[in-house]
Amino acid sequence: MNCREKSPWIVHFNCNSCNGCDIEFLACLTPIYDVERFGIVHVGNPKHADILVVSGAVNHRNVRVLKNVYEQMPSPKAVVALGACGATGGIMADCYNVLGGVNQVIPVDVLVPGCPPRPEAIMDGILQAARLLNVHQKDRHAGAEVRLTLQPVSEPEKV
Amino acid sequence: MPGSKSIIPFGPQHPVFPEPLQLRLVLEDEKVVEALPAIGYVHRGIEKLAEKKEYTQNIFLVERICGICSFMHALAYCQGIEMLMDVTVPDRARYLRVIWSELHRLHSHLLWLGLLADSFGFESLFMQSWRSREAVMDIMEATAGGRVIISTCIIGGVRRDISEELMAEVLKTVDVLERDLEIIRPVVFDDYSVKQRLVGTGRITSEQAYDLGSVGPVARACGIARDFRETGYAAYKEIKVTPVTETGGDAYARARVRIREMYQSIDIVRQAVRDIPAGDIAVPARGNPEGEVISRVEQPRGEVIYYIKGDGTKNLERLRVRTPTFANMAPLLTMLPGCELANVPVIVLSIDPCISCTER
Repeated sequence: MNCREKSPWIVHFNCNSCNGCDIEFLACLTPIYDVERFGIVHVGNPKHADILVVSGAVNHRNVRVLKNVYEQMPSPKAVVALGACGATGGIMADCYNVLGGVNQVIPVDVLVPGCPPRPEAIMDGILQAARLLNVHQKDRHAGAEVRLTLQPVSEPEKV
Repeated sequence: MPGSKSIIPFGPQHPVFPEPLQLRLVLEDEKVVEALPAIGYVHRGIEKLAEKKEYTQNIFLVERICGICSFMHALAYCQGIEMLMDVTVPDRARYLRVIWSELHRLHSHLLWLGLLADSFGFESLFMQSWRSREAVMDIMEATAGGRVIISTCIIGGVRRDISEELMAEVLKTVDVLERDLEIIRPVVFDDYSVKQRLVGTGRITSEQAYDLGSVGPVARACGIARDFRETGYAAYKEIKVTPVTETGGDAYARARVRIREMYQSIDIVRQAVRDIPAGDIAVPARGNPEGEVISRVEQPRGEVIYYIKGDGTKNLERLRVRTPTFANMAPLLTMLPGCELANVPVIVLSIDPCISCTER
């Protein structure tokens, strides 16, 4: 038990979600559920965060943003993927612009099932991820590998 | 250097937005001179996927266009298919659809109020409105089994009935909400600091709003009395809705419209619970849709248009959705030039953007 586990700071990134997971995640912050009693603070800057909460599947446009947000976070860090879309793409898996679950791009530690998951489940997932912060990253993902090789994407047009 | 322009990327990962929208703001000192939206971060390709799935499976797909107004998406889709297949929905189902629609409107407006309060740093109003919203989520769960995406709308009616005891619970919930709103309303309407941030922010004229095709509360805040519930879909034939209008055209007027709409929704729920007839909740729909149809429904953010084309098979030939935020994007880009950088979050949230609707 150390400070990280006692008070993990989380950053939220909406990858490709329908808002269902996002509003349930935001509901965690509000008085009925109130994750701050676990010391969990929602921050806007990935450089301050220990846990990345991702909702939704990955698509061709946000894949670089997601990688960028993840890489800006200092180690040790953990990733929580919310909902069916975050796990596999869910109902959207067959869409032409959907690459699949979050684990196609970054290593995911905790998958929270549901469409959308309940706030209690999301809180449980975040707390499980907080415990993992003490485990070295390479021990956590033993055997898991990142499957998707990214096609080079053209840089965004300059204004 | 004074007078020189700089470009600030606003988003896609930004603490104010729950959704990834990127605005490239061209700034002159602190003033926004131009706003260029860069979208596509939530584009999934649902319209194409809807052609591959069967028309009955599509209900679950269109509900996931947007999790906030999911019931209204399913409603617009089912109404379109029902028009194509000449299905007459039982009276009780029409009333149940109204009850769930208005509960969704209530939760969406409270959610929006929290996000708006968060955008100008009024953290306790954010917490209060989201606390009140949980009452709606609880009754949604009690009546439909799900908190956010409830999947009760089916072609030909609804999937679940609301029993007498639960109807009493619905009434109790709206009573609690009305009591909470009595506390929230004066804060938004009269509080000095809130008015300082909202009055005059993001003003557009009535002509601009009309010409740019704005819908929903953005249009109604400019005095355009247009509400698609007036056209009388579902049980709005019997339950009359008068559009809530304000004349300010700024963020304050939009906030007033939405707060007053919450009272209106509470009244509609009460009327619907009082007048709901007994009877079946669904009729079987046989066959496949053929022909083309346009179905319109008033969502919390404005009017959504579904264009459905079927060719007599179980797969649709085309599904096209025009969502309210898409219509309100042009007014937003008119509001932004000339404002201070610090007001950008307030203006963007005052139109209540739903990016996952817009990009699908």
